[in-house]
Amino acid sequence: MVIKTEPFVVNIGPAHPSTHGVFRMRATLDGEVVLDIEPVFGYLHRGIEKLAEERTYTQIIPLTDRLDYLASMSNNLAYVLAVEKLAGIAVPERAEYLRVIMAELQRIASHLIGVGAFLNDCGAFMTPILYMIREREKILDLFEMVCGQRLTYNYMRIGGVSHDIPEEFLPALKKFVDSMPGFIDEYDQLLKENEILLARSKGVGILSREQAINISASGPVLRASGVKWDIRKVDPYSIYDRFGFEVPTGSAGDCYDRYRVRVEEMRQSVRILKQAVEKLPAGEVRSEVSHLVRPPAGEAYGHIEAPRGELGFYLVSDNSIAPYRFHVRAPSLLNLTALREMVVGWKVADVLAIFGSIDICMGEADR
Amino acid sequence: MSLFDPGLNLSAYYPGTLPPEWPGGYWIHWGVFVVIILAFVLLMAMGFIWLERREVGRFQARLGPNRVGPFGVLQPVADAIKVLTKEDIIPAKGDKLVYWLAPVVAFVPVLMVFAVVPFQDGALLADLNIGILYVVAISSVSVVGVFMAGWSSNNKYSLLGAMRAVSQLVSYEIPLGLSILGVVVLAGSLSLNSIVEAQHIPFILLQPLGFLIYMAAAAAEINRTPFDLLEADSEIVAGFHTEYSGMKFALFYLVEYCEVLAVSVIVTTLFLAGWKGPLLPPLLWFLIKVFGVFTVIVWVRATVPRLRVDQVMAFAWKCLLPLALINLLITGIQVLVWPEVLPWAVVFLNLAIMVVLILLWSKFFKLGGGRVEV
Repeated sequence: MVIKTEPFVVNIGPAHPSTHGVFRMRATLDGEVVLDIEPVFGYLHRGIEKLAEERTYTQIIPLTDRLDYLASMSNNLAYVLAVEKLAGIAVPERAEYLRVIMAELQRIASHLIGVGAFLNDCGAFMTPILYMIREREKILDLFEMVCGQRLTYNYMRIGGVSHDIPEEFLPALKKFVDSMPGFIDEYDQLLKENEILLARSKGVGILSREQAINISASGPVLRASGVKWDIRKVDPYSIYDRFGFEVPTGSAGDCYDRYRVRVEEMRQSVRILKQAVEKLPAGEVRSEVSHLVRPPAGEAYGHIEAPRGELGFYLVSDNSIAPYRFHVRAPSLLNLTALREMVVGWKVADVLAIFGSIDICMGEADR
Repeated sequence: MSLFDPGLNLSAYYPGTLPPEWPGGYWIHWGVFVVIILAFVLLMAMGFIWLERREVGRFQARLGPNRVGPFGVLQPVADAIKVLTKEDIIPAKGDKLVYWLAPVVAFVPVLMVFAVVPFQDGALLADLNIGILYVVAISSVSVVGVFMAGWSSNNKYSLLGAMRAVSQLVSYEIPLGLSILGVVVLAGSLSLNSIVEAQHIPFILLQPLGFLIYMAAAAAEINRTPFDLLEADSEIVAGFHTEYSGMKFALFYLVEYCEVLAVSVIVTTLFLAGWKGPLLPPLLWFLIKVFGVFTVIVWVRATVPRLRVDQVMAFAWKCLLPLALINLLITGIQVLVWPEVLPWAVVFLNLAIMVVLILLWSKFFKLGGGRVEV
């Protein structure tokens, strides 16, 4: 007897334990096998780009905090870089160093959540993410010292940063930088060669080099596919050309490589932090800039290597106090377009592991 | 037969354990032990809920519940009160009778397992001469309840969970049964009381491979990590009990912990010499071992990620089943050929065999890949 079967549709999300926010996947399943998947965006759309066009350049900084809320410092940095490029504003030396320190701390904090959430999606019962939150907590404490906030920092300013660091910041940062490599080793001991993790992630969700370039993926997703592309190296912004660090890449482009690239990037960030703390000069942290910046008419694109990939802000000025056009190149959104190619043919469980390994933030994708 | 007729006088069978004035009547014995078992299971399940949350908290670098009562011991009570006051929702398009019946069908068999478990020598409800067979048979009825829950919820996640439940639980019955057979061969009896009495040294030493197979298969039977596919919260939300709320959900939650308790008790009885132990009273030894086994299960849960559904099935059929068969063969040969050999020589021989077999399998048996062309 031949049993007649037919595929059925499951809505994974928008309210689901592991969709990292409010992402929805309309999955067509044949039993456990995924036949097709249709991503549905927009549940977290707040119209940030339009809101920004109604505000002055300085007022936009808190809005950028709300894009990728797991990497607010990076968003701040990318935006102020774009405005400074547009208006031709110089930044004091000390502020540049502080910006690099904050951006690298933010990268570690974001990767900790990214890796932890990926392992959670692989079915680990909260343990890895809670260990990583333990270390992220120390970074959040550091951020709280400098700007009083733990999630939406609003720390960078056009022409510098909002305030200088307090006295207790540097000793605490040094302590963190010294202890962090030990913690990364601890995670590796637990997970790097875990047989179940290898079975779940090695060879799963392969994104080939060509595909990754074609969809203009960036960040760890692109580097795991073997492309050595890091904005900090290929188009050094701020003062990144002064630090020595490697760009870790993967070879297979599978979930495991994406996880490894993130862990190695944390090590490299610690290396940058070490150098930045040593070289940190004294002096001003903010150049004299009016609160009502009025850049000359024109356009500028400022981009950085954010934890999730190339984060860019495209600004068009009509010589008024608000941007004429404000556009965000969100790495989460572009990396997410690779999802369908990666998941078709895998099982339901793999869909969420692959989705977790892309490490997206819906605040940024839906804006 | 009158109510107080000594139809089954256990104190005559087991002098020295049960008090000499133990009422001999079958029905009185039955009544007393039903109360004991209910109290034991419910108290231990609550204790396990508290202990698991505290232990997992420790494993995860946090404290765990510590607000309700000293060290948070009353947390399960607070949870129970909360769950009882919740609205009881039945899906409008669900199959109401099956939906209502499912938690009961899942819960009753787990409770029935404890009927044949000896808490100490002879202290058990019914010393069935086919005790362990009864345990295996009864505990596999639970899967029907799980499938009923998944089917009647009219929810796609629940249905996926139910599908996984049937395939996984039925598959793991086989290595589970085969790994128990090794113990049965050694003890020469199916009665749990006789199996404990036969353990002059704990069978975990004579049956290390069987112990590991049993633990793996039992973890799959009771939906524990790394085999907790039925309620994989990161994939299918809560699996078969996604739609359940209120007391019905509480029953499923209770089933989960009663199953863990049942497995801990069976492992203690089969492999860890049950109530036997020096110095301390037998009942205390029994409880210590049960909590020890439970801690190991929690430890595994807090440590490893979850396998995928096809990998779980492959693990049962390609890894556990052949190993269980080899284990049974070796045990049979040892019992036939050297019935009089010093046990310690066999202990080391079996340990060596276990290491060699596991290394061999880990070399040739690889999980991974699994993409289907569509």
